[in-house]
Amino acid sequence: MTKRAIALLTAAVLCLLPASGLMAKSVYKIGGIFSSTGRASFLGDPEKKTMEMMVEQINAAGGIDGVMLEAVIYDSEGDPGKAVSAVNKLLYKDKVLAIVGPSTTPTTLAIVNFVERAQVPLISCAAGVKITSPVKPWVFKTAQSDLLAVAAVYQHMKNQGIETIGVLTVSNSFGESGKHQLLNQAKDFGLEVVQAESFGAKDTDMTAQLTKIKSQGPDAIVCWGTNPGPAVVAKNAKQLKIDIPLYQSHGVASPKFIELAGDAAEGTILPTGKILVTDLLDDSDAQKNILQSYEADFKAKYNSNVSGFGGYAYDAMNLLAAALKGSGGDKTKIRDTLEATRNHTGVTGEFNFSAQDHNGLSPQAFVMVEIQNSTWKLIH
Amino acid sequence: MQELTQYLFSGITTGAIYAVIAVGLSMLYASTELINFAHGEFVMVGAMALVTLWVHLGLPLPVAILGAIALGCTIGLLFERFAIRTARSPQPIVLIIITVGASIFLRGLGMITWGKDPFGVPSFSSHDSIEILGAALVAQSFWIVGAAILLAGGIHFFLKQTLTGKAMVACAVNRKAAWLTGIPSETMAVLAFAISTGCGAVAGIFIAPITMSSYDMGTILGLKGFCAAMIGGIGSLWGAFAGGILLGVLESMGAGLISSGLKDAIAFILLLLILYIRPGGLFAAKEAKRF
Repeated sequence: MTKRAIALLTAAVLCLLPASGLMAKSVYKIGGIFSSTGRASFLGDPEKKTMEMMVEQINAAGGIDGVMLEAVIYDSEGDPGKAVSAVNKLLYKDKVLAIVGPSTTPTTLAIVNFVERAQVPLISCAAGVKITSPVKPWVFKTAQSDLLAVAAVYQHMKNQGIETIGVLTVSNSFGESGKHQLLNQAKDFGLEVVQAESFGAKDTDMTAQLTKIKSQGPDAIVCWGTNPGPAVVAKNAKQLKIDIPLYQSHGVASPKFIELAGDAAEGTILPTGKILVTDLLDDSDAQKNILQSYEADFKAKYNSNVSGFGGYAYDAMNLLAAALKGSGGDKTKIRDTLEATRNHTGVTGEFNFSAQDHNGLSPQAFVMVEIQNSTWKLIH
Repeated sequence: MQELTQYLFSGITTGAIYAVIAVGLSMLYASTELINFAHGEFVMVGAMALVTLWVHLGLPLPVAILGAIALGCTIGLLFERFAIRTARSPQPIVLIIITVGASIFLRGLGMITWGKDPFGVPSFSSHDSIEILGAALVAQSFWIVGAAILLAGGIHFFLKQTLTGKAMVACAVNRKAAWLTGIPSETMAVLAFAISTGCGAVAGIFIAPITMSSYDMGTILGLKGFCAAMIGGIGSLWGAFAGGILLGVLESMGAGLISSGLKDAIAFILLLLILYIRPGGLFAAKEAKRF
């Protein structure tokens, strides 16, 4: 009886072994790390959903070169420590070919050394400029850097004949990085920063800072932060009857800002990815088609509206799928193809990667919008 | 000059917010000798309940305000009954840690109930901001300062002039002695909690139109309120009121005259100095331990 059981078991194992070997060859395993819960879940959740949707779509269309995709996705909860343990699992346990994510700059920076050492391509969905500057051979990213957002804002100011500005930034990593870019690039556009102030992410009143800026008499004010601070700034500016233009960052480019700031949002000018204004885009815009198809697919599957953040994962998956084609699962080949990608139209913008640029976007990835009658209006 | 007035006005508005929160904290301390670190979370509950009742359900403002206060009181009541009173060894440190735990619990509950997005609330009165000496003053500021004065005055009257209030104070001074004289000390503790957390909810209701409300707004507000109460001398209601205004004005002046990046640092350094010079707070009597 026992002998028979052992024999059966051996037979079963022998049967399974080659099968599992075959299985391993017939899928491309790719990893995902997103902050799908926790503080940054507004970033990670749509990204994770988008990645799952893309894998499903690619597999339904017959996979890549006939090979199916398999996604292993971990939740970083926006915590760099958890991102590191997730990347180690992906690299050494799941042995993935490439990784999409993480969602935030701190979690991405925490894992770049690991993917560099393991030589696995990483396409981050985070915005921080430090991720791809200086360039790291195996690290790419699809989100627009704040460098480009500042350039888009300053270009618009230059066109408007604005010469002096006051800067108001939130004191967290988003605001600090924005402030750095705002101060650094001002000269390139012939602008002078006459007053730079900051506010805490949970502050309830910014009139003191605005009063100080107002006393210097700048031509415009730029506020760099994520909700809810900038909405308070907009409200306070209206209360103080400050009538110079108020520029905000792409950090508040969502209907939530209009809802929070109410009347005070009127006339605010900000840069945004095109996904917010797809319907307003010219039909000749190269990105319009891909934006519409992403929106339609996402809405059909999840019955919720798309966000620019999910778009980063959409672009990352498309870029990766293109790079996987013909690679035969060779990581170096995937990396080389990624770096050689030119004129790839994504929802975020047109990607032109090179050995010097692993973000590949230009300021044209942003459009400038003004809030009028509680909705967005494209301006030039 | 115009800027200075503006700093003062915005300082008073922010300060009045801290004052309302500090009054609630101080009131609980005066009647139970307990510092409630979950107090900020009741501010959040008040603000978020107002968002739900007034903005989302469209109830008339007075009804929504009463509803939000009632919710704050009810949660405070349950909190006292099921978390504080059931503590096996009611030493101060144990109770304080329980309140810290409750604050984390309430924040989590708030996140599940209302989600992670911040919400805005329109002003109570649709007046434009008023200009005095060239500086703008928001109409909502009057509401907040008014609420702070009314609360501090009302509670002061309650503790000093009514029998229930006096009984409550007696419980804090000596629970056992109060019990021996026939004061139902447990009822008093529940009542103190309900009033204090109701005050927290009031703070949330009045500041909601000025700031944005979200599930995690309470932590920093609670901390600032605690500082204000300490500056004024914890247990003293007028002290808490003055401490709040002082903290707000210091912050605003610090931001305007020195550096907005160092705003909180300036305020907290001054707080340390004040406590160094007058450990009991500005308004605590030197001789007597309390009152």
